[in-house]
Order: sequence, then structure tokens, then C-alpha cells
Amino acid sequence: MPQTNQMIEILKQSWPWYVGGVLIGLMVPALLIAGNKTFGVSASLRDICAACIPAKIPFLDYDWKKESWNLFFAFGIVIGGFIGGYLLGDPQPEKISSATIHALEQNGMHFNKGFVPDDIFNWPYLATLPGFIIIVIGGFLVGFGTRYAGGCTSGHGIMGLSTFQWPSLIAVASFFIGGIISATWLLPFILNLGK
Amino acid sequence: MRNVKYLLLGTLFGIILCKVQAVSWWRMQEMFRFDGFYMYGLFVTAIPTGMLSVWLIKKFNIKTADGEPIIIPKKKFNWGYVIGGFLFGIGWAFSGACPGPLLALIGAGKFVVVVVFISALLGTLVYSWLRPRLPH
Repeated sequence: MPQTNQMIEILKQSWPWYVGGVLIGLMVPALLIAGNKTFGVSASLRDICAACIPAKIPFLDYDWKKESWNLFFAFGIVIGGFIGGYLLGDPQPEKISSATIHALEQNGMHFNKGFVPDDIFNWPYLATLPGFIIIVIGGFLVGFGTRYAGGCTSGHGIMGLSTFQWPSLIAVASFFIGGIISATWLLPFILNLGK
Repeated sequence: MRNVKYLLLGTLFGIILCKVQAVSWWRMQEMFRFDGFYMYGLFVTAIPTGMLSVWLIKKFNIKTADGEPIIIPKKKFNWGYVIGGFLFGIGWAFSGACPGPLLALIGAGKFVVVVVFISALLGTLVYSWLRPRLPH
């Protein structure tokens, strides 16, 4: 049926930022109204640790089952990723600024569609020093840093700023200082390690 | 099952994250290098939408689905926001993903991202263990 195909083609398209931003912002009232939940994702990492690690660490010794909504929300994001990123994944590459692509190409990378660079996110690269730093140390810092900071881009960036909490503004500024230094100087240095 | 609604909201959020390319490693590089407006566009529409929603909730005294008053907990500043935030920022630009997009990318079939996710769990665990010895 041509109409069905056309429908699917439309569903596969990416959305402009102003549509996406409004929808992300609406997660805040949706979770509040659903059951007084504050929008955030990184706390689910803590719940998984609390659920899986029997060791006596005071910070993980709490009734994580009371926070189990976090885990349902987190698992939902995985399902959403399957629907929005795989089943209905946009066949067009992201329209990334040519300055960014050029800068990355100078460090030996090649632009590809599909959200993540194939040059980095592959198993053989993981076994190299740059791959290990970007994937494993990068992931470690995401978990360590978000918990230390008490939230991530959703919890501080969207929820915290939407409710005028100045500590969240300081947290978001810190995220960006780290990110700018990392993207501008650390990442190019690491990509060229061992070359 | 009281938690099904959170599963559905999470699913919706995951779809949105993919459809607005907030899961894209390339978009993060573009954002941190100030080469494009796209990600900033997301923030400058998402935050006012959240603000307006919270204002409406307060103004009309909207209750939760169960009829409870809506409470927004206050965040209390500590130095972890600065130190932890900075460390997260470094990891965010490396891996190109914060916790939400990490989950969405796994769902989208980017299996190496599972390693990023496990590393993030390990980071959370090490923080939990070191917490009494870290400045806050």
C-alpha cells in the first residue's frame, strides 16, 4: 500500500528542535502529574547499583524498590530508542555543521549517519588506548560525575532550571565547562594517541 | 501495575530523544564546539516549556493523577555540583551521551554503547563508595 509506505517515510523523519524542545519540556509536568516524580534519568543508575550490589555502602543502602519508577522509566527509554532510533530511524544523516565535521576529520575521523561514529563505537577500537579512554573512561565519568553532581542534563538542565533552582544552573555551567574543554582539547589529543 | 505509566513515559522520552537527535554523538561535538545552534535550540524551547508548565501547575493548583498536591523538592547547593558536574562534562563530550541518550542508543541497536553504560554504572558505584571521602 503506497499510503502506508508514505506514512512510514514521514514517521522516519527527524523533528525540528522547536518541536523536540517543547516535547522534552513537557516531560516535566507529565511526570509531576503522573505521580509527583521529578524528571531525571541518572538516579536510575544509582537504583541499579543499589539493587545489584549487596555490599554495605551507606549511599546505596536504601529501599530502591520505592524508587522503582525510575527503572521503569529507564527501561522505557530503551524501548523508545528501539522504536525511534531503529524501527523508525531516520535514513538521513544528521545535518551537522561542516566546521565540526572538518575539525573531526582533521583528527582522522569520518562522518557517518546513525548517531554515533563508526570509527569509535566498534569492538576492535575499544581495545585500543583512545577507544578505551573515550568509551570506558568516558562512561565512568558520566556515572561518577552525574551522581557526584546530583543529576544530569535532565535532572539539572531541564527539571532544575525549569523550577528556577540556582544550584542546577551552577551544575549545568560546570557540565558545559567540562564538555567544552573535553571536546575542544582532550578529545583531539586522545584521538591522536598512539599515532 | 502502577509503574506502567512510567514505562510509557520513558518510551515516549526515548522516541523523542532519537527523533530530535539528542542521542547523536555528532550533535554533542557541535554543541560543545559552538558550531551550531541545534542543541541550544532544544534547551531554549524545553526549559521555558517546563517553566510555563510548572507555573500553570502552581497557578491552578493542579494535583497529581491520584489527587495529591504536587511537590517540587528544593536542591541544596554543595561543591559536588561543581566538581562532579565538571567531571560529567568531560565524560559527556567523550561518549557523546548523558544517561538518557545512553539508554536510547542501546535500544537503537548501538551495542558498543552497552560498554559505556556498564562503565557509567561502575562510576556510580565508585562514587557511592568514595562519597564519605570526597569534598561536597
